[in-house]
Amino acid sequence: MAMTVELPALERTDSTTPETKVSSARLRRYAGPALGLLLPVGLAVAWEIAVWAGLSNGRLVPPPTKIFATMVELAKSGELSRHIIATLSRVASGFVIGVVAGTLFGAISGYWGLARRLLDPTVQALRAIPSIAWVPLFILWLGIFETSKVALIAVGVFFPVYLGVMGAILSVDRKIVEVGRTFRLSGPAMIRRILLPAVLPAYVVALRVGLGLGWMFVVAAEFMGASEGLGYLLIDGQQLGKPAQIVAAIVIFAILGKTTDWLIELATAPLLRWQDAFGGKGGAA
Amino acid sequence: MLALDRVGKTYPNGVHALERFSADIKLGEIVAIIGGSGCGKSTLLRAIAGLDRATTGTVTLDDIAITAPHAKIGIIFQEPRLLPWLSVADNIGFGLSELSAAARREKVAQALARVGLTDKANAWPRELSGGQAQRVAIARALVPQPEVLLLDEPFSALDAFTRRDLQDHLLDLWNDTRPTLMLVTHDVDEAVVLADRVLVMRPRPGRLFEEIKVNLARPRDRNSPHFDNFKRRVLTALDRSLDRNVPDADAKSTAGEAMWW
Ligand SMILES: Nc1ncnc2c1ncn2[C@@H]1O[C@H](COP(=O)(O)OP(=O)(O)O)[C@@H](O)[C@H]1O
Ligand SMILES: [Mg+2]
Repeated sequence: MAMTVELPALERTDSTTPETKVSSARLRRYAGPALGLLLPVGLAVAWEIAVWAGLSNGRLVPPPTKIFATMVELAKSGELSRHIIATLSRVASGFVIGVVAGTLFGAISGYWGLARRLLDPTVQALRAIPSIAWVPLFILWLGIFETSKVALIAVGVFFPVYLGVMGAILSVDRKIVEVGRTFRLSGPAMIRRILLPAVLPAYVVALRVGLGLGWMFVVAAEFMGASEGLGYLLIDGQQLGKPAQIVAAIVIFAILGKTTDWLIELATAPLLRWQDAFGGKGGAA
Repeated sequence: MLALDRVGKTYPNGVHALERFSADIKLGEIVAIIGGSGCGKSTLLRAIAGLDRATTGTVTLDDIAITAPHAKIGIIFQEPRLLPWLSVADNIGFGLSELSAAARREKVAQALARVGLTDKANAWPRELSGGQAQRVAIARALVPQPEVLLLDEPFSALDAFTRRDLQDHLLDLWNDTRPTLMLVTHDVDEAVVLADRVLVMRPRPGRLFEEIKVNLARPRDRNSPHFDNFKRRVLTALDRSLDRNVPDADAKSTAGEAMWW
């Protein structure tokens, strides 16, 4: 607690010497997440106490210990890892396909005006369709097994990535491109040395948004008849009246979603050190 | 020699930005271009840089027609335009990709020392002050040793003190290899302290109005009467270029100094 209270003061002085900068950066690395945990942990503890004190029977909203016990039980039987692996592999394949397609089409639309005029109206029209509406068609086309699920997730991931890449390329500063032109960069060199680094920040954001949608759509996909996966655990919990199992699945969704998002952030952070953004400095301290 | 032969530019939207601009500029000469806002100074410089094509006339450098950016021509803009994802050293070395890494490092180190930013080699552009960033931009443009360096209001975003500092610094760097400098400016002081020749332009359409040779020995004393004399001549020409027919040129020109642009 004391640590988090002192944080703003430390941040303000961190430009004085390199040493304080380093130690404050390290402090921020641990203090930041700690600050973020405060609210959920506080609520969980409060609920646990409320149930324990008999203020609620906790049947419909099970207390944290009950949820934890459910998770342990599922984990022990090996079922949990089976469901997690099923869901993760669906998200992963859908994400990869969506990202590859979104990046490719986004880059083409962003780079070539003609391709954009040709392609973009159609993509925008398709985007206006709520993606869940594709489900019946995908099932007819691709069957009810993995393919249709992965396709739905890929569709969810595709649009934000497409839009992000195209928008990022279109908004690359003409002035910076001119620098490349004065140094007579060839087309590929211009892409590699100017366009790619310039779009990278927006691309990372697009990937993270895409991943978020991937997690959203995997639930929808698993609602439409799955025999395993975290979405199946949700449905199963509802049908058999096991709220603890539902909440356990939700908690695992949250953990996995947050972790994968964090992995993207972590993997791309070294490439974005140069950024001079409000968010890059921890926001308003 | 840089030869501008009746260079004209009409933008696709119909704006007639530049008309029949002709000038011959010797290697190593410093030419300042001055004129009201919108009289085609940037248009001219961009045509010489090969960033835009002139609609009429030709730009030739040593008998090569310039229609696209050329290795012998460098340009510095009003903003430093550093690449934010490259360190200061990598920014300076940006135009040296043909060189081996070792040769590039050496040239960059020399250039850094020359602009007094050796200690900033590994800094990000965002960590620089405006003046430092513009010095990096100058180093980046000079390190491939261009024959012609174009500068489009390079110091106009800086405070007066930094501006003076960089003017002196630019002359100092120019002295190393003596490239041709073509400098667009709003600042009469800057034109007279740097240039061998001041070209005054007039607007609508932009064209050459008057040429003033500044034959003052370098280094120039900004406080000498000769210096003042040239400044006054440039200011008077500027006033006339904007059709301000003033009988008492002397009295009005001091007011004009702050007003003309
Ligand atoms: N890309 C452009 N398209 C259309 N008109 C332009 C463009 N760039 C400049 N102009 C017009 O050309 C004229 C000269 O502009 P410019 O060369 O930038 O003037 P200066 O640099 O002397 O202030 C102005 O009237 C300006 O509005
Ligand atoms: Mg201009």
